[in-house]
Amino acid sequence: MRIFRILIAKPGLDGHDRGAKVVAHALRDAGFEVIYTGLRQTPEQIVRTAVQEDVDLIGLSILSGAHLQLSKKVIELLKKEGIEDVPVFVGGIIPQDDVPQLLQVGVKKVFGPGTPLSEIVQEVKSILQEGVTKTGGA
Amino acid sequence: MYDKEFLRNLSEKAKTWEEQLQAELRKFPERSEKFSTRSGIEIKRVYTPLDLEVMDYLKDLGMPGEYPFTRGVQRTMYRGRFWTMRQYAGFGTAEETNNRFKYLLQQGQTGLSVAFDLPTQMGYDSDHPLAQGEVGRVGVAVDSLRDLEILFDGIPLKDVSTSMTINSTAVILLAMYAVTAQKQGAEISELRGTIQNDVLKEYIARGTYIFPPQPSMRIITDIFEFCSKNMPKWNTISISGYHIREAGADAVQELAFTFCDGIAYVEAAIKSGLDPNVFGKQLSFFFAAHNNFLEEIAKFRAARRIWAKIMKERFKVTNPEALKLRFHTQTGGSTLTAQQPLNNIVRVALQALSAVLGGTQSLHTNSFDEALGLPTEESVQVALRTQQIIAYESGVADTVDPLAGSFAIESLTNEIEQKVWEYIEKIDSLGGMVRAIETGYVQKEIHNSAYEQQVAVEKKEQIVVGVNAFQTKQEHQMKNILKVDPSVEERQITTVRKLKVERDNNAVRGTLKDLKEAAKDGKNIVPYVFDAVRAYATLGEISDTLREVFGEYTESMIL
Repeated sequence: MRIFRILIAKPGLDGHDRGAKVVAHALRDAGFEVIYTGLRQTPEQIVRTAVQEDVDLIGLSILSGAHLQLSKKVIELLKKEGIEDVPVFVGGIIPQDDVPQLLQVGVKKVFGPGTPLSEIVQEVKSILQEGVTKTGGA
Repeated sequence: MYDKEFLRNLSEKAKTWEEQLQAELRKFPERSEKFSTRSGIEIKRVYTPLDLEVMDYLKDLGMPGEYPFTRGVQRTMYRGRFWTMRQYAGFGTAEETNNRFKYLLQQGQTGLSVAFDLPTQMGYDSDHPLAQGEVGRVGVAVDSLRDLEILFDGIPLKDVSTSMTINSTAVILLAMYAVTAQKQGAEISELRGTIQNDVLKEYIARGTYIFPPQPSMRIITDIFEFCSKNMPKWNTISISGYHIREAGADAVQELAFTFCDGIAYVEAAIKSGLDPNVFGKQLSFFFAAHNNFLEEIAKFRAARRIWAKIMKERFKVTNPEALKLRFHTQTGGSTLTAQQPLNNIVRVALQALSAVLGGTQSLHTNSFDEALGLPTEESVQVALRTQQIIAYESGVADTVDPLAGSFAIESLTNEIEQKVWEYIEKIDSLGGMVRAIETGYVQKEIHNSAYEQQVAVEKKEQIVVGVNAFQTKQEHQMKNILKVDPSVEERQITTVRKLKVERDNNAVRGTLKDLKEAAKDGKNIVPYVFDAVRAYATLGEISDTLREVFGEYTESMIL
């Protein structure tokens, strides 16, 4: 089976990267290939990296409150590039009220504070596996 | 501390006690084979005078207000006056934050603390493309002097002390604050407050850096020099362990990395010709209060002793005022849970109590809803009341350093100190903090610690009530979350664009040109920033001018 590639990205100006790095570390330990963008990436930069690195999933980490604008922008750009099938996960300080809106713009899954790493790893696995069966395996 | 005969008797007594205990332990084992703190200090079953055998009261503790200040930096501590109750606040526009400040002062808060939005912290005006979606989110948006005039409207700056969480653009906000005060009729020499201005921790933990380390250190020493001459009551820096701790460090790493940053600043200032006996009085610190109650109290006490020794022994400082470690504390944001949010009130109360028992000079207590979003007026009030209850009802503030002499606390204080010295030696051997940051050593240490902690939570080696134990089905019932009005960004953009048309643009261009020359020629840039601010040059324009001279920093990726 091929190794899935995951992009963990920090869009916007927010500098809180503890969660992003810990999640990246856990996904790497779970056998994925993980690319971490570092701080302050524009949606354009993130999507460019996603294309260049041919990633299977994107995780956005946002704790500044700018999650709606930024996630929407990333998903729009993915569509423009024709790779809207790459699932997008969002993690951070996300008020419960905003979750439906995020899902509506196309975010696949939202993880709030206190989410166990095992749950994130499990969700990533199941969504990627699902993609594999749909396309008949890779 | 004790005579030899007594210790010999006690030692025999303790031995017998341990022997008798063994039989009991076989029948009733303890909860765990080993008890230890997150920073790897093993907690003993019981502490006795035997643990303090080598301690010397006069040398290691002394009297309050005297070297090495283990017992506190003032002689009377909270019997004189309570710590400053200072809640960090700011959101939306200057008008909205001005209202929140007035509310907090009315509620009995005694100092102000300003949160700025990310564009302000990163040196971008609200109309910059990178500011999109971030204006007024995590703090108040500031583009020019005009915003500060509104922010402090009706608040006499000569009477309040104001702390500003601002780092890479600290010199600009300092100038805006001082000019606003002058316009109110105050002398800048009487202003009291703090700018965070601690850039080194931005590279390792908080992320709002703009310039590379060397020019950043130069701006900081320029501020030290300017303030020691013109603003003697102003704390020129708040050397911060808080963000290092929040990024995942343990208590020992928090102190060690903070003091290594401190050493780097003092060395840079001495190198540029400043006297640590003078600027040393204007250094302040900022720590976190996390969950391990006893370890945290010991940490604060150890911190004072370590810094006093660093200043005295390493930098040969003789002025007692420059040996004192004065610090602000904030309860640990990362310890708050989104699950069962009311539990956070109790966590905050215990953390705040540890800071008070540890002798803090000022305190921010977090609001219980901060893992869910920005705090509401109600939750901010509970947070402030928590401090008031500790101050006015608990009685802990009536005697100085009440836990001194506790075998456990003194023993932990000694152990933390020892472990911190070991870390400082390690950083010295790597060539100092700036070098250790450039190579990524510090970032890696913090990340490893964060990961280990998360794994411990997942394995339930560390219990988080409501998260990995004692869960309930009902979650996230918090409906009452503060929303930042989405029109803030638009309004802020309109205002700054209008300003750029209305002001005297020749004056702006002139002052920015002078600033650029000063930055290039190695002159102290602070007076030039004052001139630019007075001419209503924007924060973004001033930052861009400095970017042209100093360049920008890109982090090396460490995982």
